[in-house]
Amino acid sequence: MNDNRRREADYRAARMGLNTPNRRRGVRWAWHRRRVAGAEGAVAVSHSPGPGRGTQDSWAIAARVALYAGLSAAAFAAVLPFLWMLNTSLRTLNDVIRAPFGLPLSPRWENYPAVFATIPFGRAYVNTIFVTLVRTLGVLLTSSMAAYAFSRLRFPGRDAVFALYLATMMIPSQVTMIPTFALMRLLGWRDTYQALTVPHLFSAFGVFLLRQFMLTLPVSLEEAAVIDGATPWGIYWNIILPLTRPALATLTVFTFLGAWNDFMWPLIITDSPELAVLSVALSYMQQLSHTDWPLLMAGAVMALGPVLAVYIAAQRTFVEGIALTGIKG
Amino acid sequence: MSGVRGRAAWTRGARRRREALWALLFLAPSLAGFLVFTLGPVGASLGLSATRWDLIGRPEFVGLDNYRAALADPILGRVMRNTVTYSAGTVPLLVIVSLALAMALNQPIRGRTLFRVILFMPVVSSTVAVAMVWRWIYAPFGALNALLVSVGLPVVGWLTTTTWAMPAVILMSVWQSVGYSMVIFLAGLQGIPQHLYDAAAVDGASPWQRFWRITLPLLSPTTFFIVVMAIISTFQVFGQVYMLTGGGPAFATSTIVYYIYERAFLALHMGYASALAWLLFAAIFGLTVIQLRLQRRWVAYE
Repeated sequence: MNDNRRREADYRAARMGLNTPNRRRGVRWAWHRRRVAGAEGAVAVSHSPGPGRGTQDSWAIAARVALYAGLSAAAFAAVLPFLWMLNTSLRTLNDVIRAPFGLPLSPRWENYPAVFATIPFGRAYVNTIFVTLVRTLGVLLTSSMAAYAFSRLRFPGRDAVFALYLATMMIPSQVTMIPTFALMRLLGWRDTYQALTVPHLFSAFGVFLLRQFMLTLPVSLEEAAVIDGATPWGIYWNIILPLTRPALATLTVFTFLGAWNDFMWPLIITDSPELAVLSVALSYMQQLSHTDWPLLMAGAVMALGPVLAVYIAAQRTFVEGIALTGIKG
Repeated sequence: MSGVRGRAAWTRGARRRREALWALLFLAPSLAGFLVFTLGPVGASLGLSATRWDLIGRPEFVGLDNYRAALADPILGRVMRNTVTYSAGTVPLLVIVSLALAMALNQPIRGRTLFRVILFMPVVSSTVAVAMVWRWIYAPFGALNALLVSVGLPVVGWLTTTTWAMPAVILMSVWQSVGYSMVIFLAGLQGIPQHLYDAAAVDGASPWQRFWRITLPLLSPTTFFIVVMAIISTFQVFGQVYMLTGGGPAFATSTIVYYIYERAFLALHMGYASALAWLLFAAIFGLTVIQLRLQRRWVAYE
């Protein structure tokens, strides 16, 4: 029963090109489906009777050429800004202005150390990694605990509280930002690590996502544990959490990206350069070195590098996770 | 007999109480965050929107004055028009381009993973870093102008003229978010059963007819989801505007969230900014309700 679902997920993953060794079974199956579909398509196209056959074949070839050309153009447009950034970061400003599309034949690596001389970039790195880590772990823990209560335990007012969670998901963060900012001031937390992390240790969206997933897990899984005298905590930790891994991966992706790329909150709540996260540090740098493009691009490369590396290493988790929230709405 | 039943009821009651206590324990961390950082601020924001407050002194109650002032504020009219222009420019482009890419990736092609990885790269990139790169692309000596000059055209002030600043912001936003919609469209396309296409092919339907009669109707729930989410997020645009244009030139790219930021944290009009935030919520809520009404006409659920 579970097998069927997994196969469907594998099939979807495979059709999206998410091919990795642990997906092999699903891939083979999808490949077979695709072959069958392709064969049927071929029957429909090339076995049509009469003299039109040759032109139809050339139409099919033209369509495939157009398909690859279109995709390549789009992919090129997607990477072009990154290449432009990388290219500029390795040249001098004069060189870039004289020959915009020239190549960095003798790379000017000095632009990179220069970034650290302009702003405390190393500190910003450490801050961002720390804040992202704390926020992600916090959201995963608080959301999964709350989701377990909402999906598995009975208590008075459960549905009303959950409805309240849902209702606030519609409210834009700008509404809560001003009072939260005032609260941070009141607590003396302005310009502190607490202010960067504590307000973001929970997520109504995370609770919603994990609750929906946990509801699909059969209750029979826990019954044996209950008979053995396991506590709710034991059931949550040993049985539910491991089974919730796909949804936890999705939430990790969302929280990681949201925390790493967050800009508006750190911008307003921190003032000292020592507390700047990468996005804020970059905006400072833009104000300081307004048109020193090689320097700015070196900073951008260093800010984007780690996220892009994590993404490419775990691209299947990223894409699958984001597609999952799309389907479930 | 009655004693036994009473005992059973008692243990059942005890078990219920124990379960509720456990629930409270599990809920406590999330609920505390929810109360302090969401529900509390929502209430406080409503209250603040009825005050005049510069963050330092005491909030002064002014009733609905902030809302009245907002409705008469010519700058608010301007930034709302800008926000609508930004949204109306971004969303259709986003939907068309991402649907086309998803359909192309849904074909049996070589290198699908590579294409998808590349097209999704801008989505995971930080808006601030990417906006810096685009500011350089749009700069007087940047890539775009270098391209124009190389084919003999005059240089354009992409971010410094009122004509081009908004299209420039829109182009960057579409570039950054196309991959996200594409991945969701792709998942939607894969939910359409192949046998429908096979049956249509047997009946002699052209690819064009198959697109209009099968793909689009069956994809409409996905399209609806993307349109709703895209409108919500375009109404909250901030990072691009802050980094690319700073709202200029001459308010040409000031959007509602940028204006809220400016009123609250630069001008320190906390009460007025809170009222603006609620007007933004009203706009988003209203648009979403309208779309939920309209969906009956064009969204086909199974």
